[in-house]
Amino acid sequence: MINFVGRRKWYFLISGIIILLGIVFLIPIGPFGLTWGIEFTSGSMMTLSFEQAVTQAELQQEMASLGHSEAIIQGTEEDTFLIRTSKLAEEVADPETGEMITEEEAIRRDLEERFGPVEILSSYDISPSMARGITSNAAIAVVVAAVGILLYITWAFRRLMRPFRFGVCAIVALVHDVLIVLGIYAFLGNFFLMEIDVMFITGVLTVIGYSVNDTIVVFDRIRENMTKSTGIPLATTVNNSIMETLGRSLNTSLTTLFLLLALFLLGGATIHNFVLVLLIGVIVGTYSSIGIASQLLVVWESGELGGFFRRIIPRRVPVRGA
Amino acid sequence: MERRHILTLVGITLLVAFAASVLAINTISLPLIGEREGMKLGLDLQGGVYLEYQADFSDIPEWDQEGRLEETKRIIENRVDEWGVAEPDIYIMSPDRIVVQLPGFADIESAKELVGKTAKLVFREQATSGSTSLAAAVDVGDMQIAVEDVTGFAVEDVLGVGSGDTGEAKTITAVDEASNIITVESGFAYEHSAGEPVINLWIPATGMLHGEEMPLTGEYLLPNSYVDLQPPTNEPVVLFEWNEDGAKLFSQITGRLYINEDPLGIFLDNELISAPAVQSQIAARGVIEGLTLSDAQTLAIQLNTGALPLTLHEVRTQKVDPTLGAESLEKSMIAGIIGLALLLLFMIFYYRLPGALACSALLIYGAILLTIFKLWPVTLTLAGIAAVILSIGIAVDANVLIFERMKEEIRSGKTLGAAIEAGFNRAWPAIRDSNFSTLITCAILYWFGNTFGAAPVMGFALTLGIGVLVSMFTAIVVTKSFMRTIMFTSLAGRISLFRT
Repeated sequence: MINFVGRRKWYFLISGIIILLGIVFLIPIGPFGLTWGIEFTSGSMMTLSFEQAVTQAELQQEMASLGHSEAIIQGTEEDTFLIRTSKLAEEVADPETGEMITEEEAIRRDLEERFGPVEILSSYDISPSMARGITSNAAIAVVVAAVGILLYITWAFRRLMRPFRFGVCAIVALVHDVLIVLGIYAFLGNFFLMEIDVMFITGVLTVIGYSVNDTIVVFDRIRENMTKSTGIPLATTVNNSIMETLGRSLNTSLTTLFLLLALFLLGGATIHNFVLVLLIGVIVGTYSSIGIASQLLVVWESGELGGFFRRIIPRRVPVRGA
Repeated sequence: MERRHILTLVGITLLVAFAASVLAINTISLPLIGEREGMKLGLDLQGGVYLEYQADFSDIPEWDQEGRLEETKRIIENRVDEWGVAEPDIYIMSPDRIVVQLPGFADIESAKELVGKTAKLVFREQATSGSTSLAAAVDVGDMQIAVEDVTGFAVEDVLGVGSGDTGEAKTITAVDEASNIITVESGFAYEHSAGEPVINLWIPATGMLHGEEMPLTGEYLLPNSYVDLQPPTNEPVVLFEWNEDGAKLFSQITGRLYINEDPLGIFLDNELISAPAVQSQIAARGVIEGLTLSDAQTLAIQLNTGALPLTLHEVRTQKVDPTLGAESLEKSMIAGIIGLALLLLFMIFYYRLPGALACSALLIYGAILLTIFKLWPVTLTLAGIAAVILSIGIAVDANVLIFERMKEEIRSGKTLGAAIEAGFNRAWPAIRDSNFSTLITCAILYWFGNTFGAAPVMGFALTLGIGVLVSMFTAIVVTKSFMRTIMFTSLAGRISLFRT
């Protein structure tokens, strides 16, 4: 028997440190912060495939000479590059023929002249009017999802005393997972081109679903054990429930990880970041069900949580006779 | 065996047979559903062009907006049809968006030209009073031009560069009579060389129709324009024909311009495409020169399908090369198959007989899922494939929950039969609640994708939602039915197969 509940302070400490580090990387100072995708900022993105070998530095230099020093360039596969720029113009004059062409085509022609045959494999273009309002929509979606899940858990655990606490603990674990995913993403963003795009948001929302899914399985066991045997301290019940669901938790995450790993290593470059989000999310989601959601339930029930908050925010003592 | 139990087994067999036949036949037609051919793949998997436009409603009364948007969509459909792109997907995204998807198509530039252009054809003539005074015009800024005499200039008239040259033309937005300054749309550039009339004023060419003075526009064209190569230079031209009213106007206008062999300017979306000097009075037919072959082909289609009743602004465009799409599909498929194989091996190795049964239940799960995708037009995208894989994880989870429960029950000394029943019953609340919360997330994701116009997100949510529902069905009905069947075979006696 592993004593999970006894080590709860360690889980809180470890998670706290990871989240704090993540938040440091999330703060947009200097090289830190998230890179917002063109869906949020507007702009253009294209995948170029070269026939001859080209280095990223050469490409960066050439793009700068074309007036796009802001271009973010990343190699995806051999001689294939993803180039992200500000929104390219609809029409520019070809410097040689004077013909009106798109700026994308003008860039392609220039690169072709310098580096040999170039093919535009994919391009993506978002105008500023489209980019507006997306951020708020995504935030609303997360909040609505959290509230919906909170309500459902409260309802599903209605036979227990204080079912609301189960809901709140599941939501805290969910926020914990999202923060860690965001933090790791921001951290990796220092080394690779990792943008917050629609697929990323989809990934985060999926992680939310997975996190809650996993938490509920543990909570379900706690619910069952609480109704089955009364009089046992909650810490013991929670620990037993974690032990009993441990095999399932590990097996399920393992099987899901098999699939995700295969997709991460062998799948196309386009879903690489998306799958990475899911990978982190599955690991963190499994951990948080045991280390955060369940433990939070214990400290809340035992009054430790109240004590913790009282220590941080001293209760105002009414002054007599003033 | 119980009667009910046998019926369940028969039901499962029929379902599998149905799924297998649906998947085996290429084209199927079913009542209510219609004809389906294969699975619909998203642009990221088969390549293609995605164009999203926002309609400019600024000058359109609210009651008329929806109607115009519908009409715009219809015209775009006709244009794309005439162009001959297979299986285009054109839809309105409320309140003001039109999305055009051309799968398997790579030429985004031509697609933009064809789809998004208003294609308003207007015929104009040079104003004598305006043009003469322009020789002495002085520009006083980007958008304002000082002229000698402002009379003859009117708002909505058009200024063109050069004397009859093709090129950009800009609409006059304001005329200041007091200071003799006209204002044109921004972006107007022209050269100012001494003595030459450098810019020309083009006013609408009008004629009398039913007692009213009417401008000549593309509205009067018959829908039978076509492209021809004009000898001897083989220059591509668009030949058009007027309807009765158009012919009346055209005849009056050419009759008037013919006297001095004045040019007749042909403007497409305020761009001067040609300005031939009128050589004779003509009525029924005409010709547009000065085009490249592909421009001519596009223009002919646009003239035949009519001008859009709305101005469209590009807000999002995407192009995926078909080879890239095919590559993504192949890679994801291989990755999925390898991952799935690992998963199945793990299940059999760890749970032995129940694991093997769960694997066959998973295969049935896959068959049902694919059948649904084939019958229901769910567009499968890369995100959708990820959703399928995640839902396989969920389907496995349901089985794992049940088996872990069964093992516990066997350990506590229950008989195998009782343990199976108890395993399913006890696991059910966890399966129900966890999957329900995933369904809530799916519903919110779908809503998010819908309001924000992100088709991949909607596809992901829909695919995952369907996957969750089917996974619950296979775990509870199929796996359970298989387990019960095992109970009636000799395998049930060998408890080691269940690894307690």
